Amino acid sequence: MIHSLFLISNAGDLFLEKHWKSVISRSVCDYFFEAREKAVEPDNVPPVIRTPHHYLINIYREKIFFKLMFLFSKLGVCFIVDVLYRMCADYFGECSETTIKDNVVIVYELLEEMLDNGFPLATESNILKELIRPPTILRSMVNTITGSSNVGETLPTGQLSTIPWRRAGVKYTNNEAYFDVVEEIDAILDKSGTTVFAEIQGVIDACVKLSGMPDLTLSFMNPRLLDDVSFHPCVRYKRWESERVIAFIPPDGNFQLMSYHISAQNLVAIPVYVKQNISFFETGSSGRLDITVGPKQTMGKTLECLVVTVHMPKVVLSANLSATQGTYNYDPVTKILVWDIGKLNPQKLPNLKGSLSLQSGAPKPEENPSLNIDLKIQQLAISGLKVNRLDVYGEKYKPFKGVKYVTKAGKFQVRT
Amino acid sequence: MAFEEVCPDRIDLIHKNYRKLCNLLIDVEEWGQVVIINMLTRYARTQFLNPNINESLLEDSSEKAFYASDDEEDEDKKTEAAALAKRKPYVMDPDHRLLLRNTKPLLQSRNAAVVMAVAQLYFHLAPKAEVGIIAKALVRLMRSHSEVQYVVLQNVATMTIKRRGMFEPYLKSFYIRSTDPTQIKILKLEVLTNLANETNISTILREFQTYIKSMDKDFVAASIQAIGRCATNIGEVRDTCLNGLVQLLSNRDELVVAESVVVIKKLLQMQPEQHSDIIKHMAKLIDNIQVPMARASILWLIGEYCEHVPKIAPDVLRKMAKTFTNEEDIVKLQIINLAAKLYLTNSKQTKLLTQYVLNLAKYDQNYDIRDRARFIRQLIVPTDKSGALSKYAKKLFLALKPAPVLESPFKDRDHFQLGSLSHLLNAKAGGYQELPDWPESAPDPSVRNVEVIRLLERVTTLTSIPDWSKCTSRKDRKEKKVDKPFYSDSEGESGPTESADSESDSGSGSESASASDESGSGSESEESGEETESEDEEEDEEKEKKRKKHLDKTKAKKPAEESAESEQSSGTEDRKRGRKAVKNQKSASESESESESSESEDESEEESEEESESDTDIRKKKTPVSKQPPKQSKKESKKEKQEMSLLDLDDFEPAPTSAPVTPVNFLSSSLVSDLEGLSLTDTILAPTTIAPSGLIKLYELLHRITGEGLAVEYCFSRQPFSPDPNMVAVQIQFTNNTNSETKNLHIKEPRLQSGMRIREFAEIEVLAAGESVTVVMGIDFCDSTQAANFQLCTHTRKFFASIQPPVGELMTPVFLTENDFKKEQGKLMGMNEISEKLTLGEKCVNEHVIVERVTATANLSRVPCGSDKECRFAGKTVSSGCLVLVTVATKEGGRAQLTVNCEKMVIGTMLVKDIMQALSQ
Repeated sequence: MIHSLFLISNAGDLFLEKHWKSVISRSVCDYFFEAREKAVEPDNVPPVIRTPHHYLINIYREKIFFKLMFLFSKLGVCFIVDVLYRMCADYFGECSETTIKDNVVIVYELLEEMLDNGFPLATESNILKELIRPPTILRSMVNTITGSSNVGETLPTGQLSTIPWRRAGVKYTNNEAYFDVVEEIDAILDKSGTTVFAEIQGVIDACVKLSGMPDLTLSFMNPRLLDDVSFHPCVRYKRWESERVIAFIPPDGNFQLMSYHISAQNLVAIPVYVKQNISFFETGSSGRLDITVGPKQTMGKTLECLVVTVHMPKVVLSANLSATQGTYNYDPVTKILVWDIGKLNPQKLPNLKGSLSLQSGAPKPEENPSLNIDLKIQQLAISGLKVNRLDVYGEKYKPFKGVKYVTKAGKFQVRT
Repeated sequence: MAFEEVCPDRIDLIHKNYRKLCNLLIDVEEWGQVVIINMLTRYARTQFLNPNINESLLEDSSEKAFYASDDEEDEDKKTEAAALAKRKPYVMDPDHRLLLRNTKPLLQSRNAAVVMAVAQLYFHLAPKAEVGIIAKALVRLMRSHSEVQYVVLQNVATMTIKRRGMFEPYLKSFYIRSTDPTQIKILKLEVLTNLANETNISTILREFQTYIKSMDKDFVAASIQAIGRCATNIGEVRDTCLNGLVQLLSNRDELVVAESVVVIKKLLQMQPEQHSDIIKHMAKLIDNIQVPMARASILWLIGEYCEHVPKIAPDVLRKMAKTFTNEEDIVKLQIINLAAKLYLTNSKQTKLLTQYVLNLAKYDQNYDIRDRARFIRQLIVPTDKSGALSKYAKKLFLALKPAPVLESPFKDRDHFQLGSLSHLLNAKAGGYQELPDWPESAPDPSVRNVEVIRLLERVTTLTSIPDWSKCTSRKDRKEKKVDKPFYSDSEGESGPTESADSESDSGSGSESASASDESGSGSESEESGEETESEDEEEDEEKEKKRKKHLDKTKAKKPAEESAESEQSSGTEDRKRGRKAVKNQKSASESESESESSESEDESEEESEEESESDTDIRKKKTPVSKQPPKQSKKESKKEKQEMSLLDLDDFEPAPTSAPVTPVNFLSSSLVSDLEGLSLTDTILAPTTIAPSGLIKLYELLHRITGEGLAVEYCFSRQPFSPDPNMVAVQIQFTNNTNSETKNLHIKEPRLQSGMRIREFAEIEVLAAGESVTVVMGIDFCDSTQAANFQLCTHTRKFFASIQPPVGELMTPVFLTENDFKKEQGKLMGMNEISEKLTLGEKCVNEHVIVERVTATANLSRVPCGSDKECRFAGKTVSSGCLVLVTVATKEGGRAQLTVNCEKMVIGTMLVKDIMQALSQ
């Protein structure tokens, strides 16, 4: 299946390669570089490149190209894309060129465990963590001195049990279970501020540190709200179907319990409005920009971490603006204007105003850039979803329980 | 995985494992799920009928009015016949349904690959009405990273062509953000275009209008093409689109203009008559537009429809002639073309111009243009030498050209399996396997039954069956022939069996035969409700055989454990006893003529029981051997399979018929408990339902009038409830008497006495009108006869229901020897002993009837007993496992004494009451 993996940095350096079957020459990557040349943005490199003998799959994450090649593909391409995605997200936490370079040994060990002869084997992060212990300063020191490795001696117990996601014999002195309900608003607003499209994507992240084998049941006040859900494998689907409760034996530590989707448009409250006026003059190669942001339906909470990002047209050379609140920054290379507002003060609406200077002689851009908005509302799930209660069965102790709600802007775009 | 790599074409290997795979699917780890789903997709395509066959037929012939074809005599008879044959109502194979039902929860998986696999399975296999459910999941995947998005969108694009309605509610999810990568934008555009129809076109066009302003020029070009496609597909908006596109012509960006010109050209070609003003407008544009493709398109348009713009066309040619030398090649070619066409229609005005253009072309640098000029000159300018062709020149140039059809590039992709790499590339990738077409008629569904008995004849006709099953069928047939004398004569049986035994004694050949016999013997327990009496008997006979063979086999496996001879003899005993049991069963249902024989075998029974116990021991030792991952080796899993299927057979046996059967039942239950350790078998065993035979009492849970057409009956199946041994298995039968389907049948809000527990059955998603379905649920009654109350919910209504068990159903049979029985009885004296005198009813003339009555009242097993005056029964309560011992001592004159020893006095008293009532009737 998966023959080899190459990691290529944004600059085009191939800094890691791994072969599961036979060694494939690096020259395969030339096809990729060719395609990379053609595509202006790294995003635009085609995900699948066909070469005479192999198929190259490119995945772009955090400025690294993960790239694999393989001969046969009987299973969907999704499959492979997914393996790589998990690898990034699950294990390293933060995954950048430097972290990989720093932990090159562990990365290799992980890759060796995750795929067996090119077929995915252990991809559950809890099991991987048991097999190969995550690095700590102390351990790496001990390892350097004693020459031992990070590979665990014992086979993880979970792998062969019926609940592979949880290891046996977990013990904590403080038993605690925290749940974060994080909702992201995906929306497209048009020029006049009306909603073209809006939906809510929510996830429930859990951090469960409970001893033994607890059987948890999480119930909602208003489960009917949820439109479409997907669960961690530990959740019993049947219970959800019949009772709308989430019953599960949790994995140990951090994991994503479920994700859901609310697409009914009338339910989606848009927390901000934006008044914008961006115009470019016919003559004089300059333009004007005026953006005001105000609160709309915030349910009495304050908006935090408000950031407005504008992808300017190529011809915009510089921006000379003044903000009543927050700071702005225009990067003339990437042509991105970022206005970091911070906390929104409803009494005094933040405003960004000023002029843009364009490349002289170039025709004025015929369209206005759209604005991307990022925001955060603490202690509010914008959909109104509420966790009712969490029950623990199977264990005697009383755990400490906590639920946190956060609303964020996902792909929130205002067209101009 | 190994299967996929090694022998993807050996569909026949899946047959036996199909149901197991379906049932286990949800518990398999994620990557395994993907492989299995893909495999099952291909399997299902070869094994089931196309569920959409009727609809596709209707679609095909909708134009021709299929139903009117009866009148049209000239209609092809053959196709009609075929169509009629197909029109008969499609009934989905239950296995097909099983697959769809079991994969559905996997749409909720967090793994995109699994979701994608299920989606493609549904797309390829599900009936049209059900495919819709995958849309939601796929839309969810679109939130994922751009690579996953890319793959999903590719697949969605293909699906939207075939099933547009599916994604229509999610139209807005495909709206494009300016931050999407270009390839995603273009794919989304594709999807939007495919989704466009009369109702949503206005919103889509409004969206497209915003896209046209985008910075991404490739994307703008694609948007314009999309508008063009919408316009061709939906007649109503053609004019609006055209107007919009014409407005774009005044756009400052050349690329946009050029693209719109090309699209307008295509659109105009469809109905040129009404749009001469647009052509005029475009003629004016030629002064400004520099993009060669657009210029060429305009020129072609003017040339083609020069009759509609008779004044402008020559003028355009004049302008072009002036600039001819500076034009690009394709424009030059079109100028020549225009000149030629004008010459033919309006030679008076344009003759000189044409000459001039052709002369210019004659000396062009490009040989193509030189050639073209020479060719056209010969064709249109009449000279003396001009051939016959010039007469047809006008026809050649001004022929009516068919309008181009704007098609989606995804049109032809659906023959690739969705989600595969080949589909993504639209080319066959190495190692790709074609998805097989639906079969014309379904192959025999019985191959998946893990049982051959009923379907022997048909099985042999299948070409692909492995050797062993052929062998089985032959052997079974032979046995069937032999069967007859078994029934006709009670004592005559010893002859043939002896010989069979000597055969199996003699060596390895028969051993392999018996093994093969077994492998074919599996059974799903669902059937036999409607079977004829004789078939029942046959089956039982078979079962006995199987059991015996099984014993033989286990013994053969462990020759060191016990000596072979004694084993064999015990096997014989066992079998003999079994056969007697069969006979008794028969006699119970037919007549009581064979009571002597059942008595006569009592002596032999005692020792045989011991033997069989040792057998179970052996089996216990054996089970760990098979407790290995099922895929490790084919053989191993097959062995396991056999064991399970054997069990099913045993379970199926209607237990409470007569006393000699109960030990058999016990044997099976102990086997079940043996196997309970195997996590694999649990799920298989859990849904064992038995066909309600006359001997099991049916109770009504919900009358069909109070249930508004939903009738619910239950009975105590007396099977061990494998998910929880402390529960009583209650078999519930739902019958839908309405004429609409009932959905989401499930149990809600059980109100139970403290300590009582309920293990609900899985929710029944749909119960079609007139159908009935049987499920098994477990209830732990805590050894009390308190009713279990709960609500029975359908998608519309709730009904209160309660199940109250008769005391006799709260126990399971226990096997005890006579000595054990006496020992236990000794422990339960005094308060725990309840004794009652009674007069036997008129019909209770012999021991056999007594046994029957008692076992019908309570789920007990008979304890072998030396004297024929006493009948002893033993059991234990299901929940707490307290022993229940019953003794019926008959005396002269139809009088009898009933003694019940039980630690739980309440149960004891109630049981005494029940048994007395049963016996004195």
